[in-house]
Amino acid sequence: MVGDFLIPLLILVGLGLLFGIVLSIAYKRFKVDEDPRIDKVEEMLPHANCGACGVPGCRAFAEQVVNEGTNPAKCTVSSPEGIVDIANYLGVEASEEEKWVARLLCAGGISEAHNLASYKGGMSTCRGEAVVVGGSKDCSWGCLGLGDCETVCDFDAITMNDNGLPVVDAEKCAACNDCIEVCPKELFVLMPISRKLIVQCRSLIEGDLAESKCSVACTACARCVVDSAPGVIEIKDNLAVINYELNDLTSPVAVKRCPTDAIVWLEGDNQFEQKKKLNLPIGRVEEVIDKDKYYQ
Amino acid sequence: MSATAKFPQNTLTFSHGVHPEEFKELSNQCKIQRMPFVDEYTLPLGQHIGAPSKALVVKGQKVKRGEKIADAAGFVSVALHSPVDGVVSEIGIFDTPKGDVLPGIKIKTDPYSTQRTVETPVDFESLDAKGFISAVQNAGIVGLGGAAFPSHVKFSIPEGKNCKYIMLNGCECEPFLTADHRTMVEYPEAIIDGILILNRFLKAEKAYIAIEANKPDAIEILSNLVAKNSFPIEVVPLKVKYPQGAEKMMISAILGKEVPSGKLPLDLEVLVCNVGTIKAISEYFRKGLPLIERIVTVTGTALKKPANVLVPIGTPMRAVIELCGGITDDAARILLGGPMMGAVQKSLDVPVVKGTSGILVLGQNEVRDFEEYSCIRCGRCVDACPLFLNPTMMGLLAKKGLWDEMLEYNVMDCFECASCSYVCPSGIPLVQSFRVAKGILREKAMREKLKST
Repeated sequence: MVGDFLIPLLILVGLGLLFGIVLSIAYKRFKVDEDPRIDKVEEMLPHANCGACGVPGCRAFAEQVVNEGTNPAKCTVSSPEGIVDIANYLGVEASEEEKWVARLLCAGGISEAHNLASYKGGMSTCRGEAVVVGGSKDCSWGCLGLGDCETVCDFDAITMNDNGLPVVDAEKCAACNDCIEVCPKELFVLMPISRKLIVQCRSLIEGDLAESKCSVACTACARCVVDSAPGVIEIKDNLAVINYELNDLTSPVAVKRCPTDAIVWLEGDNQFEQKKKLNLPIGRVEEVIDKDKYYQ
Repeated sequence: MSATAKFPQNTLTFSHGVHPEEFKELSNQCKIQRMPFVDEYTLPLGQHIGAPSKALVVKGQKVKRGEKIADAAGFVSVALHSPVDGVVSEIGIFDTPKGDVLPGIKIKTDPYSTQRTVETPVDFESLDAKGFISAVQNAGIVGLGGAAFPSHVKFSIPEGKNCKYIMLNGCECEPFLTADHRTMVEYPEAIIDGILILNRFLKAEKAYIAIEANKPDAIEILSNLVAKNSFPIEVVPLKVKYPQGAEKMMISAILGKEVPSGKLPLDLEVLVCNVGTIKAISEYFRKGLPLIERIVTVTGTALKKPANVLVPIGTPMRAVIELCGGITDDAARILLGGPMMGAVQKSLDVPVVKGTSGILVLGQNEVRDFEEYSCIRCGRCVDACPLFLNPTMMGLLAKKGLWDEMLEYNVMDCFECASCSYVCPSGIPLVQSFRVAKGILREKAMREKLKST
């Protein structure tokens, strides 16, 4: 009677001991020495696993930082203090990496862009609306405003405003590329935060036709081209395109005469914020201007 | 022995599918009428699947009816011809029925333009297979069933493959549409002639003309005509069921064979061709008329005078609807194509293109805004799917955004016939979510390809 449970018990205990011994020997013999700093660095990273640094996951990034000496500032999610902590721990210099943010190249919200139809389809996502003749807006390039980007953002950096446009909180944005991939109209781009002059339009139609579809469309009138330093802006396919290699030469003067406000100079870090009135001279300003002077 | 007797009605068909109300009686007795010229024609360069054509004309240039105005750019691409005598008024970007804005050519009609063309037959007797294929490409002929796939690509049979059967698709399973039906009734000789021309180069053993049993007049006319021919052509009546006109369903109905996933009908030695396309081929070789006009069914319960109209490519949709009496106050939605697969339109200012098989104006009664409920797993969509996919599971995965998992359920095989959405009692936008999934998966594959190169 006793043997009925004692024998299996002993067998299991014996098996357990055997496997334990084998595993402990294997652990000793086949041990891979890993830099203990990798664990430490991984712990200091934000654990977002967002991929914005270009490698899959925080662990892989920590390995790169420790083994290949990648700059820890490549992690766009960490706070500056966190980066300094990692750099100090590893005894390296934390060089400054410029912050990048996602910018929306459309300003045609509910009150600006003209709708041709009302979308009442089943899927209430931008992707769903885009497969039905490209969405209800008259402008084929415009933001559909159903907030796929808001849903996909892991950092709560995107919120839809009352005008039906996504506002990117530059502070929270980790430049992880998610919103860029999800947008069916490809309206997001990543930009260094120092770029203040932005054409918030992608419409390739010119003139009155463009303006009839959306009141903030770029009409390709080329006033901004004339008003800014040579080479900074050019008209390509009926759209003003800024040459950001000359970002230092951009100035708010370029937006002064824009008839539709398609080109904007960001005063804060975020788009679609309340505009201050600019009191700028009209026409090209050759000298580098003190930008703050012109704000009323 | 007539084919109707050999195949008693309603026998041959595929499994699954649905049977929506037909509404064909609105226009199936209306004779094809010619559309008078309008003032301006907009011809998008990318009307077909593949690379957009390359414009050959400049602004201000005079063009003749049937003159080539754009050349094929690459093999999977076709030429484009002017439908009228006139002047190129603009080369720019224009709205297309797909909802995007694409490069195109605008032609201002010469007020003295006539619809008569000088008949200049193309000598096909001396052509070899290669010459035939480039002639079809030069004529701008694409599949007129709706997908607008360049026909010459279909006709160029790769090395090691063989075409045993030519199948003509006259099923027209979409409700409302009657363009193919009228083509078969009014141009039966052109269809038979087209088969014979095509067969000179394909050297098939037999041709089938598949017609749904709800077109008895077309079956009778064509059966009488094929009996006089030495080449074996068989008219096959098929059961009235949607999507009977999809090429895979048609092959499974007639031959009882299934086209495997990712394979083409040619792997079963079959070539499928729409009846409108074959008529276009005959007209090109007999009269020298390239594809500059097509038969469009303009119908719907909210349209005053439904009709089948021979419309020059590039005519604005607004003009075609005005010709048919305009829309009634009841109109709720306008589609290009049939009600199952057609694309709903947001503007009337888009042109009729090569792939436009119908203009459909639906009334308030036919349009319902479904409220979406949860899936109750009733499995009706599984019973409806002609490809034996699992729309229930794919719908659930789409809701969660698990696109990669949908790939395992073969979402890429779905040809968006919308049978699943049609039967769903919970009003789930199944086919829409599959279209979204296919788009996302294609984008993903493209990104991966870019990364690896």
